[in-house]
Amino acid sequence: MSESTTISPGTQTNDGSKKMLIAMVGIGVVCAFLIVFSYEGTFGRIEQLKAEALEQAVFKVLPGITKTGIFELTPDGKFIPSDGKDRTKTLVYAGYDDQNTLKGIAIEASGQGYADILKVLYGYDPVSQTIVGFYVLESKETPGLGDKIEKDENFLANFNGLSVALSENFTTVINRVVPVKFGTKENTWEVEGITGATISSRAIGNIIGESTATMIPLIYQQKESFTSAPNTPTK
Amino acid sequence: MNPEIKNIALKDAPGSTDEFIKGLWRENPVFVQVIGMCPTLAVSNSAKNALAMGLATAFVLVMSNVLISSLRNFIPKQVRIATYILIIATFVTMVDYSIQAISVDLHKNLGAFISLIVVNCIILSRAEAYASKNTVSKSAIDGLGMGFGFVFALFCLGSVREILGNGSLFGFPIFPETFQEWIVMILPAGGFFTLASWLLLFNYFKLKKAKS
Repeated sequence: MSESTTISPGTQTNDGSKKMLIAMVGIGVVCAFLIVFSYEGTFGRIEQLKAEALEQAVFKVLPGITKTGIFELTPDGKFIPSDGKDRTKTLVYAGYDDQNTLKGIAIEASGQGYADILKVLYGYDPVSQTIVGFYVLESKETPGLGDKIEKDENFLANFNGLSVALSENFTTVINRVVPVKFGTKENTWEVEGITGATISSRAIGNIIGESTATMIPLIYQQKESFTSAPNTPTK
Repeated sequence: MNPEIKNIALKDAPGSTDEFIKGLWRENPVFVQVIGMCPTLAVSNSAKNALAMGLATAFVLVMSNVLISSLRNFIPKQVRIATYILIIATFVTMVDYSIQAISVDLHKNLGAFISLIVVNCIILSRAEAYASKNTVSKSAIDGLGMGFGFVFALFCLGSVREILGNGSLFGFPIFPETFQEWIVMILPAGGFFTLASWLLLFNYFKLKKAKS
């Protein structure tokens, strides 16, 4: 350092670099504070909005419920009540009516769609052993074509009484849910596709098929663990 | 009011209105400069999306113009672009969080385009061409003018595309049930058609004005 001060061109470069360094670091620090500040300021609200959106979706896929309870799937295949804060765990949402009777269970599922990962929520009624509701949580499907999976009434009607009946020992779904072409639905376990949204609607059929094949036997075998409603605020 | 301030205000008034109108109309970023085309074509498929995107960009534009112009004597020339991007990215991140906090649905619709405001050429061009050479107040007005020019342009596209492509405006149906939607208008191709039509209209008026 002491040597460079004696050479004038060197000093100039040093000064220039110092100025650049100070400017970049200074502005970087200010920007970092601004970002952290806005992150901290909005974090609670964003989490709350996301939780609300999911809660509303649960009410949409389980008709006639007035309160919900969150359960998480433990690594050994048991369902235990959860606060729902840890989103990395597999969570299911049980829905109850005013008399605290279990009306159904909402299950999240996801898979590859046409544009990106599709995230859906479906409602399962263990009494009738059918899917009773369906809702798209996240989708980036083509507007006007692929996004019909969210709006097409004929398609959504598939998920009103979609059969996921279990075999006698309750370990497998007798007829796995499968997507079929528009106009060829013959059985209650088939998901009729949409013309003009073939890939997206087929993806939904496959996502539901895959998820129900693993989740429904697990849930049905332990349906007693859901019968007591955890104390959650009513809606 | 203090007479001195009044004088300054009067002296400044025509200039600042001009700065504002310039961005809004004469040098409209979309219709005249034809820059920032990526978000213009991508998120103008409904009036609501267009308005939200426009306002987000306008906010970033004003804030970055103000900060860059107030630091213009402090930022060395060699690192100016890096510094501008840093400042712009900060405001974009803030907008991103704010939109998520306002509505999850809206954030879902705007998708990746919010983050892409960072590389929107309108913002960097205003920072480089205007804010780095002018005073804070002038830069703020310039940002406001350009920002609202962008909002206006996006709204022009978004409303036409939503009306024709979805038969509604801001989600409210405006045509009878029998109306057959022009799906193509909300698909990417519709963005090009609508932009071309607006540019045609704008240039027609410009030529007509130049002749008279």
